[in-house]
Amino acid sequence: MATAHYPETEVGDLHRRLVILRVGLLLVVALLGLRLWHLQIREGPYYRDLSENNRTRQVLLEPARGLIYDRHGVLLANNVPSFSLYVTLEDVKDRELLVKQLTDLLGLDAALVRKKLTAKGSKLLPRKIKDRMTLRDATLVESHRLDLPGVMIQVESQRNYPGGMTAAHILGYVGEISGEQLEKPEFLDLHQGSVVGQYGVEKSYDRHMRGVAGQKNVEVDALGHEKRATVVDRPQAGNDLYLTIDARLQKVAEDLLGEEHGAIVALDPTSGDILAMASRPGFDPNVLSRELTAKQWVEIVQDEGRPLNNRASQGQYPPGSTFKIPMAIAALETKTMSPSSTVFCNGGYQFGKRLYHDWKAGGHGYVDLHNALVHSCDVYFYTVGQRMGIDVMAEFGKDFGLGKATGVELPSERSGIMPSTAWKQKAKNEQWLPGETISAAIGQGYVTVTPLQMASLVGTVANNGVSYRPRLVQAVMDRTTGNLMEIPAVPRGKLSVKPETFRLIKDALADVVTKGTATRAKSSVVTIAGKTGTAQVAALRTGPEESIPKKFRDHAWFVAFAPVESPKIAVAVIGEHMGHGGAAAAPLAKEVIETYMKLAPQVPTVTSDRPTMEGPGRFSNDS
Amino acid sequence: MINRLTEHRELDSFDIRYVALILAILGIGVLSIYSVTYGQRGVGTPYYLKQLIWIGVGSAAFLIMWASDYHHLARFAYPAYAVILVMLVVVLFEGRTSKGAQRWIALGPLSFQPSEFAKLILVLVLAHYYSKAPRVGWLQRVIVPGLLVLPGLLLILKQPDLGSGLSFVAVYAAMLLMVGVRSQALGVILLFSIMLFPFAWEGVWGSLHDYQRQRIMAFVDQDYDPGGKGYHALQSRIAIGSGELLGKGLYGGTQSQLKFLPEGHTDFVFAVFAEEWGFMGVLVLLALFVGLIWLSLEIASKAKDQLGALLAAGIVAMLCFCVVVNIGMTAGMFPIVGIPLPLVSYGGSATIMTMAALGLLLNVKRKRLSLFY
Repeated sequence: MATAHYPETEVGDLHRRLVILRVGLLLVVALLGLRLWHLQIREGPYYRDLSENNRTRQVLLEPARGLIYDRHGVLLANNVPSFSLYVTLEDVKDRELLVKQLTDLLGLDAALVRKKLTAKGSKLLPRKIKDRMTLRDATLVESHRLDLPGVMIQVESQRNYPGGMTAAHILGYVGEISGEQLEKPEFLDLHQGSVVGQYGVEKSYDRHMRGVAGQKNVEVDALGHEKRATVVDRPQAGNDLYLTIDARLQKVAEDLLGEEHGAIVALDPTSGDILAMASRPGFDPNVLSRELTAKQWVEIVQDEGRPLNNRASQGQYPPGSTFKIPMAIAALETKTMSPSSTVFCNGGYQFGKRLYHDWKAGGHGYVDLHNALVHSCDVYFYTVGQRMGIDVMAEFGKDFGLGKATGVELPSERSGIMPSTAWKQKAKNEQWLPGETISAAIGQGYVTVTPLQMASLVGTVANNGVSYRPRLVQAVMDRTTGNLMEIPAVPRGKLSVKPETFRLIKDALADVVTKGTATRAKSSVVTIAGKTGTAQVAALRTGPEESIPKKFRDHAWFVAFAPVESPKIAVAVIGEHMGHGGAAAAPLAKEVIETYMKLAPQVPTVTSDRPTMEGPGRFSNDS
Repeated sequence: MINRLTEHRELDSFDIRYVALILAILGIGVLSIYSVTYGQRGVGTPYYLKQLIWIGVGSAAFLIMWASDYHHLARFAYPAYAVILVMLVVVLFEGRTSKGAQRWIALGPLSFQPSEFAKLILVLVLAHYYSKAPRVGWLQRVIVPGLLVLPGLLLILKQPDLGSGLSFVAVYAAMLLMVGVRSQALGVILLFSIMLFPFAWEGVWGSLHDYQRQRIMAFVDQDYDPGGKGYHALQSRIAIGSGELLGKGLYGGTQSQLKFLPEGHTDFVFAVFAEEWGFMGVLVLLALFVGLIWLSLEIASKAKDQLGALLAAGIVAMLCFCVVVNIGMTAGMFPIVGIPLPLVSYGGSATIMTMAALGLLLNVKRKRLSLFY
């Protein structure tokens, strides 16, 4: 149309078309306005919510874990600041790229990073990828933050054990909570990445020490980087522990064992306080509390010395001749023997077709109970055992705490075995053989004990039958109130053994040191009473001790208490494959006792000069 | 008619309402750019200051255009088009790349975008072409000007700059509509086909760059994968929507301040403004644009000749197209194509070009009044 008159009519047509354009414009603008009204007015609140969620992230503030002190307030575990790398998946655009960046930048293990990124958990919560970063690495990440969306560096506290390997088995170590643990009810308020105690008192007292996490609501930009913290819910620090151990004594005990494998337990028989509990070989809890690579784990777990094993509470050994202490008490109490009745020892004991040897070829001649203990005559106790029977032995053994866990506040304590006819029927579905009673009478065969049980046993004897549950924690300091809650000693009652019996036994044990098998434990500082033991490892032994391969040599035992008159310390020493108890273990016990006697009177324990609050039975369930 | 025109003096053409509207819109732009880049410890001159410099340069261009004579300018239409085509070729080989597209030519420390200026020159070329002779018949009406448009269009699409390409087609379609074709329906169809352009033409779809396809896909399914392709569109809708009636206030736009919304100072400046000033602010801005376009249409309809009328109409069409498509895309009505909001978005080339175009519009008015000067 409109091609005839040109240009005049063209301009006229143009006017008409401009009107169309105006109408069209108004229509389109009205449409835009409508759309914006829809977005801003009708759906406004919805988008307002979205924008709020867009910019806030909940960041958990890890609480400072409670500290651990020894009985005199010496610091055993604390927290030091360290840098950790966190990733919030919500803000990560390209996961694979991030893995590559982190491995290139920090040399992290790609598979490990990928595993952590894909682990279950909220996309909005930052997850820990690396802890204990060096300052250099942390700075490196910070300087690349624009290329690393969703990545942040947090300063947080890292568990630190200033003593290194000292008391490692008691303290234990901490580690990130495992998926399995997260499912358990006691970890209900924890989350992925929380650090919990995994061993030692760190584990058994975790509930007290872990504290309560705080939270901050952080306004972040599109790269997930913190702009400002909006709400701060302060974390609540965990409570401090005061242990019963004396760090100096602990160190001495560990040094005494040195490179040997074994354990030393020292406790106060009047309260059950564990003064030292050494186990060798050990480990560095600082290393274990760190993120370990799979290879490092395999190395530790497959180490033949099993350094993670706390030999004091988890190691089960035949007690050897130290078992003669409860045997002697049983003999007197059951009147199987009188103090003066004797047995002739010619170096062997015939039972049926088998000859049971005494450790001393040629024998001890006529021995009474006193001499049988002092010289550790096997034949005497073979006779006692044979006359008493296994079930009576088991009764007395159990009275002294054998065959059951002591209840010390450490995870995975073992109970050892105090065999009986019923036990064998139940455990092996077999009849008890009479010959087995004879082996058991000198602490061989089925009988096994832990060093902690033996320390407790000898302590009970020292304390004339009054015993306490061994304990490691004497007080908990509440960080919020500042109150020190003492954990009372737990009495286990008094054995119904005649005082006269204890007097006789203690006399004999004192003579063991002065003129018997443990003269190497004789001290010029303090009177010591004790009993040696040699736990047989391999049945067939030929030639002198030195010619036998180390792993077939006997375990050396020595249990002792001191001073004889008013006992303050009971000690159990076991040296694996160290040979005879009198030669190898007794000198170690003497060192420990002398050290303690020098240390003990000088420093009062930490609880005595602090305000205390009674915690009636509150902690008695901790085990 | 002549009497009425001679009553006015030439300076009256410098319509104070017109200038006030332009300044108000420019002010909103600077304010929004200031707000979105507030707190960004940038290197060098802040964006709002640079934008003020561009507005200064743009004002000079505006005054020069106003003071010139569009008849003279039209004579240089073809050579200017030739020059800009050469620049568009140069940009393909020498251009500075940004976000996957080569659009800029570096001039020392500055860089400019030939495709922006190409739009204005295209208006000039088409207006000149149609007014020079009574272009009769299909060939002269549609095909020949189409062939004029094509090289520029292809070069711009090659960059790729889908937004400028669509503006090119829009200007061509608007011009066709103005001069009239055999059936006006054709013009309407053409206009619609611009809107449906990316969907309709499989070949174009195939030649689109990945990021363009993703943006369009995100538009089709608006809540699809908000962390990925739809991110931009969703963040923009959140920004606008969360502004509600009264907005979050200056610097209060968390979407843009915290960088959830990318390109808050350029193509998505409208979302920033809508977030901080709410629906009320949006109504004010829309009213300002409608006022400016209304006055411009007035000028077009009162132009003294075909050339003036077509020039004015072309410029208005270009302006309209950019405003509608930009707001439409930030509000999630259209797919995201890179078209800045005229006079508001940060950008030297676009600001200077738009101000020059508006100066030229005012020149059309001035020449009408100075008919017997």
